[in-house]
Order: sequence, then C-alpha cells, then structure tokens
Amino acid sequence: MSGHDHDHDHSELSDIELRVRALETLLTEKGYVDPPALDELIETYETKIGPKNGAQVVAKVWTDPDYRSRLLKDATSAIAELGFTGRQGEHMVAVENTPDTHNMVVCTLCSCYPWTVLGLPPVWYKSAPYRSRAVRDPRGVLAEFGITLPAVKEIKVWDSTAEVRYLVIPERPAGTDGWSAERLAELVTRDSMIGTGLAASPQQAKESA
Amino acid sequence: MSQPDHKSSTPHLPLDEDGGPVFSAPWEARVFAMTLQAHEAGVFSWSEWADTLGAELAGDGDGSGDTKGYYDHWLNAFEKLLAKKGVVAADQLFHLKEAWDQAARATPHGQPIELDR
Repeated sequence: MSGHDHDHDHSELSDIELRVRALETLLTEKGYVDPPALDELIETYETKIGPKNGAQVVAKVWTDPDYRSRLLKDATSAIAELGFTGRQGEHMVAVENTPDTHNMVVCTLCSCYPWTVLGLPPVWYKSAPYRSRAVRDPRGVLAEFGITLPAVKEIKVWDSTAEVRYLVIPERPAGTDGWSAERLAELVTRDSMIGTGLAASPQQAKESA
Repeated sequence: MSQPDHKSSTPHLPLDEDGGPVFSAPWEARVFAMTLQAHEAGVFSWSEWADTLGAELAGDGDGSGDTKGYYDHWLNAFEKLLAKKGVVAADQLFHLKEAWDQAARATPHGQPIELDR
C-alpha cells in the first residue's frame, strides 16, 4: 500500500483505489451494480455469514440421524433447510470424517469455498502453498496445523470447483453424549469443517472460553 | 507417504486465528461485492469467473505464497473478464481513473471524495 502523505491539504487515492472506483462508477452507470446493495452485501459477508452457519449444520448432523441421511444424499437441499443458500448456484457436497477416513478440502485452481456455510475463506486457504501442498502432502500440511493423524487413517483431499463445494463433517468429540445441538455447535471450528482441524474436545472448549 | 522433514523445504502456510478479518482494505470488499453483483446481473457465469481468477493466480510465479496480493489478482481478473465481455473499455476506465484522481486532489483531507457526473 502506498502510505505516503507529504501533502495534508487534499486527499489522495492509491492507484488500486482509483481502479476500483473507476470500475464501480462505470458498472453503476451501466446498471450492473447498485452501490447501496454493494454496501449491504459487504456487511453481510463481513458480519452475518461465517463458520457459525456451518457449525449449525454439523451439530444437526451429530444430533439428528434423519438430517444426516438427507445431508449426505443432497447437501445443497439439506443446508438450504437451515436457511443457507448459495448465490453462485454451487452444488454442496458433505464429506463425513470417520475413524478410518479424514477429509480435507482445497481449491487448487483459485479459492472456491463454501461461502454460505463458512463465510469467506481464511488467508491461508487462498495461499499458493496451501493450494499446491494440500494435494501433494496432506499430512505435512496437517502437521503445520498441529494435527497428527494415525498412519492407518486414510486422508482424502477434495478439490473444489466453481460448481462443487465441499463441507467436512468432523467426528463428534468424545464425552459429549446428551449434549444439545447448540452446545455441540460451539465445538465446531472453522478449520474442522475444512479438514485442517478437528472439532474441539469439551476440555479444549473450556480452556478457550 | 510424506517424509517428516518434507514440510521444512516447502513454503509455510500463513496461519491465522478463527474469525480474523475477511478483507484487509475497503477496496477489496468493494471489488468482491461488485464481482458478485456483475455475476448476478448475468455478465458472466461463475465458472468463467473461477477460470479467469484461476488463470490470474496461476500466473503468479512459483506461487511462493504472496497472499497479500490475492485481491490484486482478483481485481486484475475482474478487469480482464469485463473487458473480454465488452462491458468496460480500457479508455473509459482510464478517463474515470483520471476523474477520480482529480476529485480526490480537489477534496480537503478527511472529506468524502465524490465524483461529479
């Protein structure tokens, strides 16, 4: 960013800000964008859409076997049941972790991500190292996240596309029998739904609270 | 599978905390939201967008992980796709940039910058 400020009596926009403003003016004049709707969209993505949506989905899967079957059969509809619908017409697929299999999601092409359930992707998800290494060396990537899985556990890496986005259903932590969906949702971290983490244990949740 | 010390020879991931900010500057949010609106207005399909952004990111050298530039790539891709679709012309954008630059310079510091059109 150019942060120089030798002249204080007038404003200055960086080249990139000028490009974005020029685009907005032109697209508004052509009727393709509507500035008040842009503001609203930004606010929604900054504050309302986030991993809490996905955590609700996961907690419902853990507590409602019928919902789990519906989700595994048709995740797009099952997620829409909770009021989360995509804007890009993407198809959602839920992949469930089991004692034998761990799932992990990447987008090697750009950064396709299940926005409706997880919000916008974290910085590392968009980074070239993650995009290139997740497929090649998933165990190494997981180690960097502090996760070491038993060698017998198979790791499946799912490459998202513009049309298909994946949501990982982490394994339900031990010691949570009888917990309500609301309480369980608090254990579901963003990374656990990308597959670069696990759901928090009751103990971990207590420590971070 | 992977060697234990393999990761030390590859670029590290820019790890963050859950719930970090999603945009690092206001312009990133605007270009993001404009892309969604242009798609909804039918200017391009989402696959066309993903392909364009993917090509832009793939051109980023060895991919050494300059993640700060993600929305710079996004903006480049958006401009290219709009030009390809005939929605914006380079000279139009050039003149508008000039106009915004002049408007900024004519605006006292701290005041909202507006374009008279």
